[in-house]
Amino acid sequence: MSEQTLESGAHVAGSSGDALLVVDDVTLRFGGVVALNEVAFEIRRGEILGLIGPNGAGKTTCFNVMTGVYTPTSGEIRFDGDRVSGVKPHRINAMGIARTFQNIRLFPEMTAMENVMVGADARHKTSVMGTLFRLYRVKAKEHELPDNPLKRSLAKVFGISRHTLEERAGRQKSMEMLRFVGIADRAHELARNLPYGYQRRLEIARALATEPKLLCLDEPAAGFNPAEKADLMNLIRKIRDKGQTVLLIEHDMKLVMGVTDRLVVLEFGQKIAEGLPEEVARNPKVIAAYLGEPDDAAQA
Amino acid sequence: MDFNALFGDLGGHTLDGLTKGSVYALVALGYTMVYGVLRLINFAHSEVFMVGTWTVLGVYTVLGADDTSGMGMVIFATLAALVAAVVASASVALAVERIAYKPLRKKNAPPLIFLITAIGCSLVLVEIFGHVLRFFFGPPFGRAPVNVPSPIQTVVLLDVGGVRITNVQVFIVVGAILMMVALDQFVNKSRLGRGVRAVAQDADTAALMGVNQDRVIMLVFVLGGAMAGVAALLYTIAFDLTKFDIGFIIGIKAFTAAVLGGIGNLRGALVGGLLLGIVEVYASTVFNSSWADVTAFIVLVLVLMFKPTGLLGESLGKARA
Amino acid sequence: MSDRGGDYSYTTEGPEVAGDRKSGFMGLPALGIADRFAALPLWAKVPIVLALVSFAFYLPFLTILPFAYVRTDLSSGGSDWGGVLFVVVIYMIVAIGLNVVIGLAGLLDLGYIGFYALGAYSVAIFGSPSSPVTKLIAEKFGLSEGWAVPFALCIPIALAIALISGVMLGAPTLRLRGDYLAIVTMGFGEIIRILSRNVDAVTNGPAGIIGVPRPPEPSENYFSSIESAHWYWLALAVLILLMFMTRRLEDSRVGRGWLAIREDEDAAAVMGVNAFKFKLWAFAIGAALGAIAGLLFASKQAYVEPTGFALNLSFLFVAMVVIGGSGNMVGVMLGAFLITYLPERFREFQDWRPFAFGVAMVLVMVLRPQGLVPSRRRAKEFEDRKHEAEEAAADV
Repeated sequence: MSEQTLESGAHVAGSSGDALLVVDDVTLRFGGVVALNEVAFEIRRGEILGLIGPNGAGKTTCFNVMTGVYTPTSGEIRFDGDRVSGVKPHRINAMGIARTFQNIRLFPEMTAMENVMVGADARHKTSVMGTLFRLYRVKAKEHELPDNPLKRSLAKVFGISRHTLEERAGRQKSMEMLRFVGIADRAHELARNLPYGYQRRLEIARALATEPKLLCLDEPAAGFNPAEKADLMNLIRKIRDKGQTVLLIEHDMKLVMGVTDRLVVLEFGQKIAEGLPEEVARNPKVIAAYLGEPDDAAQA
Repeated sequence: MDFNALFGDLGGHTLDGLTKGSVYALVALGYTMVYGVLRLINFAHSEVFMVGTWTVLGVYTVLGADDTSGMGMVIFATLAALVAAVVASASVALAVERIAYKPLRKKNAPPLIFLITAIGCSLVLVEIFGHVLRFFFGPPFGRAPVNVPSPIQTVVLLDVGGVRITNVQVFIVVGAILMMVALDQFVNKSRLGRGVRAVAQDADTAALMGVNQDRVIMLVFVLGGAMAGVAALLYTIAFDLTKFDIGFIIGIKAFTAAVLGGIGNLRGALVGGLLLGIVEVYASTVFNSSWADVTAFIVLVLVLMFKPTGLLGESLGKARA
Repeated sequence: MSDRGGDYSYTTEGPEVAGDRKSGFMGLPALGIADRFAALPLWAKVPIVLALVSFAFYLPFLTILPFAYVRTDLSSGGSDWGGVLFVVVIYMIVAIGLNVVIGLAGLLDLGYIGFYALGAYSVAIFGSPSSPVTKLIAEKFGLSEGWAVPFALCIPIALAIALISGVMLGAPTLRLRGDYLAIVTMGFGEIIRILSRNVDAVTNGPAGIIGVPRPPEPSENYFSSIESAHWYWLALAVLILLMFMTRRLEDSRVGRGWLAIREDEDAAAVMGVNAFKFKLWAFAIGAALGAIAGLLFASKQAYVEPTGFALNLSFLFVAMVVIGGSGNMVGVMLGAFLITYLPERFREFQDWRPFAFGVAMVLVMVLRPQGLVPSRRRAKEFEDRKHEAEEAAADV
């Protein structure tokens, strides 16, 4: 269980797999405003795709369409062959899409560990009756048996309840995730009391714990200094190396260049470029878009 | 079910409904304004109304006004009661804001906490009239209903095909509508009103633009309280009684009216109030008066299920002239 | 409401609240006791729990001075001590039930009295030979005079009615904003009361129903209304069972799901929590616990009537949860105890009860929003910490 958790998204090891998520000519209108105009691209299995563009280009809108928050006016989003639009958020998570939030949204009065466990719970099945009565028994494997001799013999006869096994697996996985993102030392502090950087990483750990096929990060480096940004990029690479597909939204060009496999550039709700980072960086349209935005140019 | 009773005197019942509805609408304004600005159900607002009715009783008692008083006394007592009820209700509303909400706002507490302190305030105010004041001063305070003898005598003004319109009904409906129009004008035309609308639309931006948020919030509570004070006077004129827990059921109905019209929307409160009053009178005629109070709840649930934004849509910010 | 989650400031230099709360958290001695207890090994925990439970069962006969001063029947005209204990326990059941709804799932239910009334009326309507419904059934099917549904069968009936009405109330309303939900549930509580008063053909109207059945008795009149100590023991046993069950839920995927919904519903949904389903469960479980409390109460009184279920009781229930410490089972039970016991012990002040609650609610919320005994840090976390310490030691 514990070894395979991170690999669950690793259907294809290479970086140029088949399309995992397809954005198919998506248009989104709010009243008369066209937020997205026939945007089309795909995310391939096992890659890190960067979705970039100046502020207000429609990145977050696009992201929200992809994660089911908005339903496109026309066109559709397909994930692993299934339509995403109109599906409830928790079902989308079950399909294998997990996300973080640009403005961190943890469960502030729960500990870091509990936050991640909520994510891990997404793959578990025990509900109210299973928790209350624990009648769903699973035959225990040798290493799962408790040490206490009395409990051990009981577990041998009656098996172990699914609740107990899931709880145990969830704790192990959560701790593993916290170690993976590097914040295990403060696992038992309330999320609200964690420093900013830890909270950003905690969100990633929580999303990873749901064993997504696609991890969507919405400006995960916002508010970081250069050293922290570098650490974060290493973490994202580590996630990809484990076989996970990652969608990274960012407006800091420099950051994206170093880590992404491919880039999609949006401006004014339209895709203006797509390709390898070095190609995109030379694309005159992209340069114009970024130079036209003094703020971003300064950052890039 | 007795439809004959309803259609036998449809006009009369409609008038009764409008009278009741006017009171609901005025109380609903308090909920709507506070909600519009703070996104908070001021649960204690019903008690602001209740305090108003007791104030009216107090003024009548002090002045010795009752239905035998002369014309001059009637006018004087009614005006005095109006002013006193408005001042008392507005002060109570402001006190609730200061004691129960402001400290929480400073702490950025979740909405649930506001609701609970509001219930606490409500209990305190109810018990002040239901027990505390009785403990110190004896009757009329206490848990029994109290007669509030209105000095205005009921006179039939008009008789349109069997539908009799009384001076009291006209006074209440016209009074309520006048107050609403005045408030609407104030919020839409005055500088202070612009501040209210700005905070309702976007509190942060309004603060950046130099709107004093605390002052706007105070203003909203005072205005809502004042309207509840007017409602209290009109209510005592129409129904001649008060009780320590009178606010509860009126509060529920006024809140329903506010939601029905679209909470946060001033004109919605008027429409919702009048409509609810009529529906309620119709329902209690067709069924039975013991079901009157259920009507409001059922209307509320239906509105929330099918059109939670109300008939006119919610937004104090968007209300414009 | 949906963007509320974003308003929490997570930055280290965030609003002073974070710091305030934290110091309040850590500074509380009661929490220290809970922590220390949680950290004890099993062999030490068991005797402590057993001793506490035995003491609780012994309470009706407590005569050792000075402890006997807690009794409420010391002066003439005082309340029956066993009866007070019974009501305290009944309200503790109510408090842990409402705590699931308010404290864990974060749904403000102001109509909880409705479920309590449903439990009480279910057992009366089906279990009493004199209720209009049993009379009608007996007549229709030619059953003997005095026929009624046996007590044991009334329990599942009451539970089913409560669960169904919980789901029926919840399904359309749980999608509403939190404050709307509060008002609608309040309406529900009031509608139940008005129905019980007006639908004479089922509830016998304002006159109420007599002859509510008693549980099976070990000896004759063991559970007659005056044997309050026996009733107290029964209720206490039920309470302990329910505490055990609720604790199970709290320490599970379900409990975490509730907390996550309470903290940030949208984020919870994105993390795969089926928010609607979990909220509905919270509502249904709360309803079931409320119904059990109402059933026991009606059975002891042997009589139900509509005025016993005034809406004020709903506020009282909320006050118990909130004053005690919403989200913490021990806290809400303390709240139930204080709110039920104190007015009985000091009867001369009984008329001041609602006023005092109002003042307490405002003061507690303004000064100490987390309640007297704030939500506990989970005992499990201590085990974790211990394991980690061991692991860390092993790594070196």
